[in-house]
Amino acid sequence: MESKHVNQQIAAMRQSFFDEEVLDEFFSQLEQLEDQNNPNFVEEVFTMYFRDSTTLLETVEQAMKTISITLAKMDKILHQLKGSSASVGANKVLNEINKTRQVLEKGNLEGTKAGIWEMRKEYDSLKAKLEPYFQLKQANSVPQEK
Amino acid sequence: MNVSSVKGSMSISSSTSTWKAGDTISDQFPAGLRVLVVDDDPTCLMILEKMLIACLYKVTKCNRAETALSKLRENKNGYDIVLSDVHMPDMDGFKLLEHIGLEMDLPVIMMSADDGKQVVMKGVTHGACDYLIKPVRIEALKNIWQHVVRKRKNEWKEFEQSGSVEEGDRQPKQSDDADYSSSANEGNWKGSKRRKDEEEETDERDDTSTLKKPRVVWSVELHQQFVAAVNQLGIDKAVPKKILELMNVPGLTRENVASHLQKYRLYLRRLSGVSQHQSNLSTIISAQDPTFGSLSSLSGLDLQTLAATGQLPAQSLARLQAAGLGRATAKSAIPITLVDQRNIFSFENPKLRFGEGQQQHMTNKQQVNLLHGIPTTMEPKQLVSLRHAAQSVGNMNMQVPPHGPQSSQNNPLLMQMGQQQQQQQSRGQILVDSTINHAPRLSSMGQPILSNGMATNVSSRSGIPENIRAPGYSQTPSMLNFPMNHASELPGNCFPLGSTPGVSNLTSKGAFQEDVNSEIKGSGGFMPSYDVFNDLNQYKPQSWELQNVGIAFDSSQHSNSLQGNLDLTQSALGQQGFSSGQMNGHNRSAAVASKAMFSTGNVKELRSAQNVNQHLNNLLVDNTIRVKSERVCDASPANIFPDHFGQDDLMSALLKQQESVASSENEFDFDGYSMNNIPV
Repeated sequence: MESKHVNQQIAAMRQSFFDEEVLDEFFSQLEQLEDQNNPNFVEEVFTMYFRDSTTLLETVEQAMKTISITLAKMDKILHQLKGSSASVGANKVLNEINKTRQVLEKGNLEGTKAGIWEMRKEYDSLKAKLEPYFQLKQANSVPQEK
Repeated sequence: MNVSSVKGSMSISSSTSTWKAGDTISDQFPAGLRVLVVDDDPTCLMILEKMLIACLYKVTKCNRAETALSKLRENKNGYDIVLSDVHMPDMDGFKLLEHIGLEMDLPVIMMSADDGKQVVMKGVTHGACDYLIKPVRIEALKNIWQHVVRKRKNEWKEFEQSGSVEEGDRQPKQSDDADYSSSANEGNWKGSKRRKDEEEETDERDDTSTLKKPRVVWSVELHQQFVAAVNQLGIDKAVPKKILELMNVPGLTRENVASHLQKYRLYLRRLSGVSQHQSNLSTIISAQDPTFGSLSSLSGLDLQTLAATGQLPAQSLARLQAAGLGRATAKSAIPITLVDQRNIFSFENPKLRFGEGQQQHMTNKQQVNLLHGIPTTMEPKQLVSLRHAAQSVGNMNMQVPPHGPQSSQNNPLLMQMGQQQQQQQSRGQILVDSTINHAPRLSSMGQPILSNGMATNVSSRSGIPENIRAPGYSQTPSMLNFPMNHASELPGNCFPLGSTPGVSNLTSKGAFQEDVNSEIKGSGGFMPSYDVFNDLNQYKPQSWELQNVGIAFDSSQHSNSLQGNLDLTQSALGQQGFSSGQMNGHNRSAAVASKAMFSTGNVKELRSAQNVNQHLNNLLVDNTIRVKSERVCDASPANIFPDHFGQDDLMSALLKQQESVASSENEFDFDGYSMNNIPV
């Protein structure tokens, strides 16, 4: 069946996320919160996440370009990113954030820059992987609802 | 799920019965727990909300701390627990935590992606119930209800231990507020209401099984400690934790301090708003009749504030003097007296200028040597005027207060007075005692007062209630009535204290007027006015209410309407039944006021009987003082207790009164009053 095939595809995609450790257990938690009333809860959460963190990440990148940025401010932003990434289960992104924060604490600006760059990489990667996933999921569920 | 019922049972603020230890909790609990979650990160907020809903809680989310606070404020009982993020843009999470703890006293759980030890420690020291690390697991949220239960249980236990003083206090406070704005009628109503409430509270205190939660009893000493701590920290920086540390009182919890601080702040706000008159006190005094209630409350508060600031004594004195014992000052005086009772005593001595030897007595405090405060100068004159009686009563009361704690709260004042009176007071103190002791005591006292021999009365104080010494009080055994009703009898001094038992002492003074002369002499009861003030001051904080009342009465009293005043005070005090009407005019008001203050204020408001006594004493003091003033100017009801505080003032007032009284009182020669010597 087409839907069955799609389902399999979705499942495979999902599994890969875990295998690659792109996502962690918290993602599962979010999935658990999904139910009939909120079939797209996870997607909604991620939409929000992507929206906010994009802004944050950009701010961080900008900040790095600015000379007058204070480390404290940077840390604050990273902390925010950390909180939300952890909550959604964005594992790799979270790891990069933690690494960057540690480097930042030591006052290593260059290292921080590199860290942020890594963060950005993982973040974009996550987004790229999840978006088709959700689309597929969404598409799959629609026919079923009908 | 029966959320509503669960909620009802869970609502902390409402029926505490639900949370009584061992109480059966609804089966559905914790379902329906009302959670307020605050987080500036919308992603997290969304997730948390979903998780909490999955736990079957009722969730309200905010993304700003200010919003959360306003939600909490507008619906104090609408939430059971708060979850807050630490890092938020508009307000620090810990600050929010403090606010909530202080204003609403709800359990708060902090959250953060930051798991550093420092931050977690900060959470703990600021009073957070728990600290969750993000990402928060749903399992962690499933258990947050335990904090709600725990908090309820602790609060309930606190109540048990401490008794429901707070409730008593609260009531007066509330009444005070009302008083400020309301007219005398309200005050009256309040007074009686308070009285009743207080009685109820007292009963309930022991009966923790009732809905009431056991509360910490904020005795005068405790409150003074609290105020001292607050002043030390600075009123803006005074946080419950630090106050608690400074006070160093075993068994006192941060919650107790927090709620008390909240009340105190409200009180201060009221004061600033209401009292603008000279150091608040005067306003109270001037308020006289209609405002007795309010004034009293003000004065009480003012006194408190004043006491806190340590200004009272001076102010009170000044006020007293200024007011010419006029009511206006009287009020303040009274509050001051109440507030600074302790201070006042020392302060009183100066007032006692009257040369009382009594002042020394006063130092005994114990006995409320009202006379202490009342410089024996009150002498004959004073004695004559019932004022003395009132004063002495007040003194007696005041003196009693020192003992206050001793006497079992209920009529500590009276008792004290009685005790003291015996010693010193034979003077008008007795009156005080009697009045203070609530009527029951009065009866015993009643006689003493009755006249003639104040000294005799005084001596009879032993029974405290009798303290009313009625050196002049004899007039009325009714003195004991305190309900100053006797005021009529009292030549003017009749402090219609007649009102409540304690208060009545004061009144007796009024009644004494006639006899006073004779009595005062010996009993030095008149001196009480000074003493009263002293005492009053002593009673302070607790007797805030009373003070106001007393003062209020006094002022109003001035004109034969004392009774009215007393009534007011009474009502304000709630109990004191000053039937000030007695006071023939001047004194009555004072007497009445003080009594009223005491009775009404004391009875109920005083957190404990002690307070009452204090108040009574204060009242007495005031009354006595007023009496003097009254005497002097008959029409200067305001003088009645211009300032409890200013013992000096009182003294002078008394002196004046005495002089004016001139009637046989001169015989009294209060100097020798040191209660013991009632030169009859």
